[in-house]
Amino acid sequence: MDNVFVEALVRALAVGTPLLLASLGAILNERGGVVNLGVEGMMAVGALAAFAVAVAPGGNLWLAVLAAAAAGALLASLHALATVTLRANQFVSGLALALLGTGAAGLLGKRYEGAPLFNKVPDWNLAGFVISPFTVFALLLAGALAFYLNSTRSGLTLRSVGENPAAADVLGVNVGRVRTLAVLAGGALAGVAGAFLALSYRASWADNMTAGLGWIAVALVIFVGWRPLRAILGALFFGVLYYLQFRLQGNSPIPTEVFSAMPFVLVLVVLALAGLRGQQGDAPAGLGRAYVRGER
Amino acid sequence: MRFTALSAPSAARAAWVTLAAVVVALLLCALIFVFYGVSPGTVYGTMLRGTLGDSTGLAEVARRTIPLLLIGSGLALAFRAQFFNIGAEGQVLLGAVFAAGTALFLPLPGVLLLPAMFIMGAVGGGLWAGIAAWLRRLNVNEILSTLMLNYIAVAVVTYLIAGPWKGKEVRGYIYTDLFPENGFLDVIPGTQVHWPTLVLGVAGALTLQWVLSRSTFGYALRVVGENPGAARYAGLSAGRVATTVALITGGMAGLAGAGEVAGIHHRLLEAGQISLGYGFTAVIVAWLARGNPALCLITAPVMAIILAGGDLLKIDLNMPFRVVDVFSGVILLCLISSEVFIRNRVTWGTARPAGSKANG
Repeated sequence: MDNVFVEALVRALAVGTPLLLASLGAILNERGGVVNLGVEGMMAVGALAAFAVAVAPGGNLWLAVLAAAAAGALLASLHALATVTLRANQFVSGLALALLGTGAAGLLGKRYEGAPLFNKVPDWNLAGFVISPFTVFALLLAGALAFYLNSTRSGLTLRSVGENPAAADVLGVNVGRVRTLAVLAGGALAGVAGAFLALSYRASWADNMTAGLGWIAVALVIFVGWRPLRAILGALFFGVLYYLQFRLQGNSPIPTEVFSAMPFVLVLVVLALAGLRGQQGDAPAGLGRAYVRGER
Repeated sequence: MRFTALSAPSAARAAWVTLAAVVVALLLCALIFVFYGVSPGTVYGTMLRGTLGDSTGLAEVARRTIPLLLIGSGLALAFRAQFFNIGAEGQVLLGAVFAAGTALFLPLPGVLLLPAMFIMGAVGGGLWAGIAAWLRRLNVNEILSTLMLNYIAVAVVTYLIAGPWKGKEVRGYIYTDLFPENGFLDVIPGTQVHWPTLVLGVAGALTLQWVLSRSTFGYALRVVGENPGAARYAGLSAGRVATTVALITGGMAGLAGAGEVAGIHHRLLEAGQISLGYGFTAVIVAWLARGNPALCLITAPVMAIILAGGDLLKIDLNMPFRVVDVFSGVILLCLISSEVFIRNRVTWGTARPAGSKANG
C-alpha cells in the first residue's frame, strides 16, 4: 500500500518536472508582461540540442543541459524580437514559434531518431526516493523564483513592467530590456524542460516527444495564478493524472483514447474553473500587450 | 529603430511589405535547410518543379487549395473580429466525423446524401468551435481552448475508427467501411480535385467578403475587432459577435472536412490522413490575406504549393513532412513581425524627437 503511494508520487514528480520547469519559465516572462505560447517549440529544440550534444563524441551532460537552455533562449529571442521590438501579436508569435520549434526539431533531429543515449543523467537516491536531479532543481527553482519575484528589487521591477509598463518607464526602467531578458530566461527554462525529457525521462530522441506538455505548462500558469510555489502543486496534479492514465490504460474497460484525451480535457476544465473563479484577474495587467511609449 | 505612425497606410505598402516578409521567410528557411544538410536550391527547385511544373503537380496543388480556401476564408473573418481560432484542425476532423456518420448510418435517398453530409459537416465543425466560443465567455483564451480541442478531436476520430465505427470488412486496419456510392463526390477525371467543394470554397470566400464589407453584421464585426472600446460604447456585444464568428469559421472548416472524406477518401480514417495540417496552414492563408476572405482565393493556392511541395520533399529528398511546420512557423512569424512596417514609417537612429513613438 505504502509502496504504491510512493511509486505514484515519484512518477507524478517525474512527469511533473518538465511541466514545472516550463511553467516556471512562462511565469517569469508573463510576470514581465509577455505571453509565451511557444513553450512547446522551445521544449522541442531544447530536447534536441541536449540530445545532440550528449551523444556527440566527448559529449558532456552539463554541456548538454547548457545547450538546451541556449537553444530555448535562441528561439525565445525571436519571440522577443517579434513582440517586444516589432510589437507583433504575442499570441500569434508564440504559436508561430511552437510550429517552428517542433518543426525544426523534427527536421534536424531525424538523424537521432532511435539512437541510444549511453550516458543518461543518473538519478539520485534521496532517502529511498529515486529522483532526477532535474526534479530537485525544479523544486528549488520554484522557491528561488518566488523569493526573487516577491522579495528582490529586480523582481519588483520585473513585476512593475508586467503590471504597468508606462509607470515603470516613467520611473526610468528600460521596459524593452527587462521584457527581453524575461522572455530569454523563460525560453531557457523551457529548453531545460526539454533536456530533462531527452537526457533523463526518456533518455532518447523522438519526433514530437514533448507531446503537448508545453501547452499544458502554458495552461498551468493560468491555473496557478502566476505563482511559482503553487506551480509545484499544479505540476504534481497533472503528474498524478498522467500516472493514473499510465496505470489504468489497458486495465480498464475505458477505451485508451479517453486517456490520451484526458490531459487536454482537464486543461479545458481547469481553465474554465480558473475563469469562473475569476483567477484571470490575477494576470499581470499589462500581459499580452505590446508596450508603445506614449500610448495609453 | 524609430517608428512614426502613418495615418492611412496604402494597399500598395501592405502588398510590398507582405511580399518582403515572405522573401525574408524563404531566406530563413533556406538557412535551416543548410543546417539540415540539403542545398536550399535543391529544396525550392524540387518544390516548384513538382507543383507548378506539370499537370499532375497542378492538380495536387488544386486538391490542397480546396480545404485551405474554405478554412482560410472563415479564419480571415475570425481574425478581423480578434477571435484567434487556432483549432480549425479539430473542426475539420469533426466535420469529417459528422459527414461520415451521415453517410454510413443515415438512410437517406441518394440525391439527398451529399447535401446532408455537407450540412452535417458544417454542424460538426461549428459545434466544435462553439465550445471554444462558450468557454471564451468564461474568460478562457480561445487560442488555448481551440488548441486543446484539436488534441481531443484526434482522440475522437481514433476512438471511432478503432472502436464502434471500425469497418466490418477492413480486418487489421483502422478505418470505417466505404461510404455508399451516393456519398462519393465528383472529381475532375484523373485527379483528386473534388471540384464541387472547390466551387463551394470560391462561393464561400466571396460571400464572406460581402458579409464583411457590406452587411450590418460585418460592420459590427469590424468595429468589435478594431476598437473594442467603441463597440462597447455603441452597444455591440463582443461576446455575441465572437460566438457567431466561431460558428461560421468552424462551419467552414467542417465543410472542408466533409469535402475531404466525400471527395477523396470515401471513408473515415486516421486524423493525420484526413488533414495534412490544413488547420494551421489556413491560419497563414488568412493572415497573408490580411483578413480579407476574397484574397484567400490567391493566398490559399500559394500555401497549397507549400503543402504539396512538402509531400514532394518527403518522397524525392526523404525529408520529414515536419518541414511544412518549419515553413508555416517562419512565414507566420515574418508576417506578424512585418505588420509594424505597414502602419509605421521606420527611421534608423536613436534620437527621440518629442511626440514620436520611439521604441527603446
